[in-house]
Amino acid sequence: MMENYSTDVLIIGGGAAGLFAAIRLSEMKPDLKIIVVDKADIRRSGCLAAGVNALNAYIGAGHTPEDYVAYALKDAHGIADKNLLLTMAKKLNSVTAKIEQLGLVIFKDENNNYVTRGWRNVKINGENIKPILAAAVKNFPNVKIFNHVNVAEFLRDGDKILGAYGFSTRKKIFYNFAAKTTLIATGGASGIYLPNHAGGSRHQIWYSPFNTGAGYAMGIRAGAEMTTFEMRFIALRCKDTIAPTGTLAQGVKAEQINSFGEFYQKNYGNTTSERVYAVTAENLAGRAPCYLKTVGITFAQEKDLLNAYLNMAPAQTLRWIETEQLPKNFNVEICGTEPYIIGGHTAAGYWVNVNRQTTLKNLFAIGDVAGGCPQKYVTGAFAEAEIAAEKIIAQIDEIETPARKDFDVAEFEKFFANEEFFSVDDLENAMQSTMDEYAGGLTQNYRFNEQQLNLAAKNIQRLENLSEKLRAADMYDLLKIFELRERLTVAKVLIEHLRARRETRWAGFAQNLDYPNRDEKFNCFVNSVTSDGATKIIFRELEND
Amino acid sequence: MIKIDENKCVGCGRCVDICPGNLFFLEKSCVKMRDVRDCWGCCACVKICPAKAICYQLAADLGGTGAKLFAEDSPQKLTWQILKTNGEKIILEVDKARANKF
Repeated sequence: MMENYSTDVLIIGGGAAGLFAAIRLSEMKPDLKIIVVDKADIRRSGCLAAGVNALNAYIGAGHTPEDYVAYALKDAHGIADKNLLLTMAKKLNSVTAKIEQLGLVIFKDENNNYVTRGWRNVKINGENIKPILAAAVKNFPNVKIFNHVNVAEFLRDGDKILGAYGFSTRKKIFYNFAAKTTLIATGGASGIYLPNHAGGSRHQIWYSPFNTGAGYAMGIRAGAEMTTFEMRFIALRCKDTIAPTGTLAQGVKAEQINSFGEFYQKNYGNTTSERVYAVTAENLAGRAPCYLKTVGITFAQEKDLLNAYLNMAPAQTLRWIETEQLPKNFNVEICGTEPYIIGGHTAAGYWVNVNRQTTLKNLFAIGDVAGGCPQKYVTGAFAEAEIAAEKIIAQIDEIETPARKDFDVAEFEKFFANEEFFSVDDLENAMQSTMDEYAGGLTQNYRFNEQQLNLAAKNIQRLENLSEKLRAADMYDLLKIFELRERLTVAKVLIEHLRARRETRWAGFAQNLDYPNRDEKFNCFVNSVTSDGATKIIFRELEND
Repeated sequence: MIKIDENKCVGCGRCVDICPGNLFFLEKSCVKMRDVRDCWGCCACVKICPAKAICYQLAADLGGTGAKLFAEDSPQKLTWQILKTNGEKIILEVDKARANKF
């Protein structure tokens, strides 16, 4: 069965960024027709399903948006866009006020001022941030929500985006969404590399295992320019549960300590990638395990920590309690994760201008899928949602409603006709192992060389060819096939980016063993455009001076 | 990982709708998980289940000892309950009007 819809704005992805955009657009133009499509349910979809424990991007008293730009540029070792950062930073505080108005509880002092953690973080109760956003969106009658619909591909005419199409994750229904303007907000990509755990705990990972890089893959296939995929993100996490560490490091000021009892982090610097590198280097030097020193915190601090983790990563609280190794008495072991591609933390993603317009006509990108603007976190994603919304409203009247463009359902149907073959799990495993071994995964301590990347590229191509033959018995199987193929597309482009940056810029995130040092020649963006399956690298100047 | 108590499941389908991974399905008025290895551990299903038929357990490779984590959601507070294997029950209440201190 086929369902056809026509709308002014199509928002793909009902996570924090997508929903905030729907709200802003509706406020500015209440009669604007908006469709939000999500492959799950917007109340708990995306990377904030479990909640979030702090708003990590905020301009505290005595600081300016320019300070935030300087901080983010330094943290990215220079590879970020100053103008993207500044336009985001200028909105951080107003979007914070707005999410509070929508119902998010923010910690305040007796004078009703936010209590900040450092100068950039606001403490909240963010367990229900997604239900709050979903409820706010449902108040706007102009917004139509499609839950459990997976968007697979853009509808386009050359480089002009005319909407998108996809399928229900439950019933054999295909969807065609024609739109004047399309906003992609599908998040980043996890699951490309072998994760910390195998088997039953394979999805006990930091970033949502359901964020497959769908938006990147759709953009790559449509010829959009992408940036900085080689700046992978490795998160520093609590061992086993892969729960966040920022709450310990910033909340109770827990410092990194090795098994020799040495506070080693000062030897490595304090950017995000340097903090990860510190743990890798200490482990390799034989001083593992590494911990965050929580021993000695007060009983009251411990109680607050237990609650804080319940609001974002309940497994950690459960672990503390059931193992009876509470943080007051036992330090918390830490580790790095497998690499992710995620524009909310690093500069990886769509190449966008200050209005968050991509290189494809009538396509905007925001949040984790948008590049060039690291350290955006939740409030930065909100800021980008507002920036894009304002530009969309400014030009929507000039855009004609596109005529319906049909797509070929054979693209989907063929997977139902395929014979029994390898499973999605088989190929996913092969992809993750290849990326881990040859493209700088966790077991390789994030190291690789060019010869290994060549092997990785060959293997990923082979797997992509094999994936054509996968068999789907139902719509959920079809979803899994598309998710795997999205990851393979992202992996292919990622390998080309890793190959192109012939230096080591962020040692904690990736070490190119052929080029182990930073090289000032690479004070530039590594961008790419893919056409007919071939990825062409484009070096673009940084405009930060 | 998620454990479903089929005797308690009322077949309401709320978990089927809420799971960000589309991992649940209904079979004969009882919910099932497609592949428990695919669960992220976000606990959206644990919070929304009206019958406490779903709990989260730490897998053995994560340090788990068999304790069960349940939740009861209300507009004012989220009440978490940890049931240890020795029968000990620990209640943790999170007041929704109160922010984290960290």
